[in-house]
Amino acid sequence: MIPLSGDVTNSKGIINEKIGSYSIKRGTSTLKRGLAHMLKNGVVMDVTTVEQAQIAEDAGAVSVMVLDKLPSDVRKAGGVARTASIRIIQEIMDSVTIPVMAKCRIGHVYEAKVLQETNVDMIDESEVLTPADELHHIWKWDFTTPFVNGARNLGEALRRIEEGAAMIRTKGEPGTGNVAEAVTHIKNVNDELRRIKSIYDSGDEQELIRMARDLRVSYELVEDTASLGRLPVVNFAAGGIATPADAAYLMTLGCDGIFVGSGIFKAEDAKERAQAIVLATTFWEDPDKVKEAQKMIDERQSMLGLDTKNLELKMQERGSTA
Amino acid sequence: MSGLNIGVLAVQGDVSENIMTTKMALEELGIEGIVNEIKYPEQISELDGMIIPGGESTVIGQLSLVNGSLKQIKEKIESGMPVLGICAGMILLSKRVKDRVVGDMDQPLLDLLDVKIERNTFGRQRDSFESEISMEKIGIPKFQGVFIRAPSIVETGKNVDIISKFNEKIVAVKQGNIIGTSFHPELTDDLSLHKYFVNTIRSKN
Repeated sequence: MIPLSGDVTNSKGIINEKIGSYSIKRGTSTLKRGLAHMLKNGVVMDVTTVEQAQIAEDAGAVSVMVLDKLPSDVRKAGGVARTASIRIIQEIMDSVTIPVMAKCRIGHVYEAKVLQETNVDMIDESEVLTPADELHHIWKWDFTTPFVNGARNLGEALRRIEEGAAMIRTKGEPGTGNVAEAVTHIKNVNDELRRIKSIYDSGDEQELIRMARDLRVSYELVEDTASLGRLPVVNFAAGGIATPADAAYLMTLGCDGIFVGSGIFKAEDAKERAQAIVLATTFWEDPDKVKEAQKMIDERQSMLGLDTKNLELKMQERGSTA
Repeated sequence: MSGLNIGVLAVQGDVSENIMTTKMALEELGIEGIVNEIKYPEQISELDGMIIPGGESTVIGQLSLVNGSLKQIKEKIESGMPVLGICAGMILLSKRVKDRVVGDMDQPLLDLLDVKIERNTFGRQRDSFESEISMEKIGIPKFQGVFIRAPSIVETGKNVDIISKFNEKIVAVKQGNIIGTSFHPELTDDLSLHKYFVNTIRSKN
């Protein structure tokens, strides 16, 4: 089982309060990571309007992510991409019962505070938006609201967890409808996990310390992760997922669930596609069920997509060295 | 008698946590048994007990309806199989549901536990909390309640026993072979509720 502990000792995000005669705590790792555990085996869908959010909920989305443009439109529009309009986030929060997430810019502490005050259920510190700080991500232990962060490899994932991320997702290459980068990223993470686990199992402490230096994270976190043989938080796939088969494939690679960005609402058969991707994510072990899901969509209505080789803007590189 | 066969409904949500906790409960009690993920209707008839885990009740309900599990589970519980519903799982067991913000809900339910539930009763994620609670009635005087976007029970039928309250809100109930909790025992290292449930299954078999 994935452990739920991992608080830093002076976490400002933990609040001690009294309700009636009860002493309660909010913002603990158990509560933040616990929410991510409740999303497992589910699909989180990017939405820009109340109508889309309701379609997503009816189709069986486990949560919605509110943006003001879908990632493929962010890519087309250029300029600076910022957090979504608070009014739209609030309207969506009032119209669906599933958790609502929203994105803030990498390192933009105050966009994150605004989202926390808005009461979103989880904040995505996302490379889809224009980074506000090239050197630092947000110190997420200071927040009561949980965060999800993107990663392309084990080092990035563990650095984000060390900063307080309660959930990780692959970065992929957002807004392309091309799953290749997400596949590469999850395979990178899996390869590196196997490597540190075998070092841990061999008892070679010196090599594990060297690995921690390479990954630029604390030895303790590397040791914990190596002993688990998986990331110590829930890990979803994201970036370029467009079809039920895409989702099922990423589940077979060991992802705990799926984020779909432009793939649904940039397709012409959004409603059917949303349902089909949920079915394929749930029943990924059964090729016949995934075939049935794939049959619900029409490939001629999939988003056209982009070859990731010749992109001018690689969103995945944002914040990756920090 | 051979070992107990316990299933955790594995459509969506925190399945592995419940499998692990139940296995540990069996071991501590010295009771033989297996604990498996249940995804398909044909797996249900052989079960001695079932846990419906936390997750999103709308998702678990719809997908169980689509693949035919919901009907099988309902028949099995009606024939006496003990079931533990946690958070979303308790919502699924209930007869009536509303959401604190959105209002009355029309979502697939098992329609067995005679209660009305209010979803997201304590608010959104930022309002999620941990607190010590008590389930004295079933012999667990102290328990760490982990409430994540938790529901509460706002109306109970006459056959429903209230097992636990938090600040006047009902957060755990029992009706015959059905137990429901608003909070997540599988996210703590306290096995006492899962042990109580395993003992309930054993006494029926």
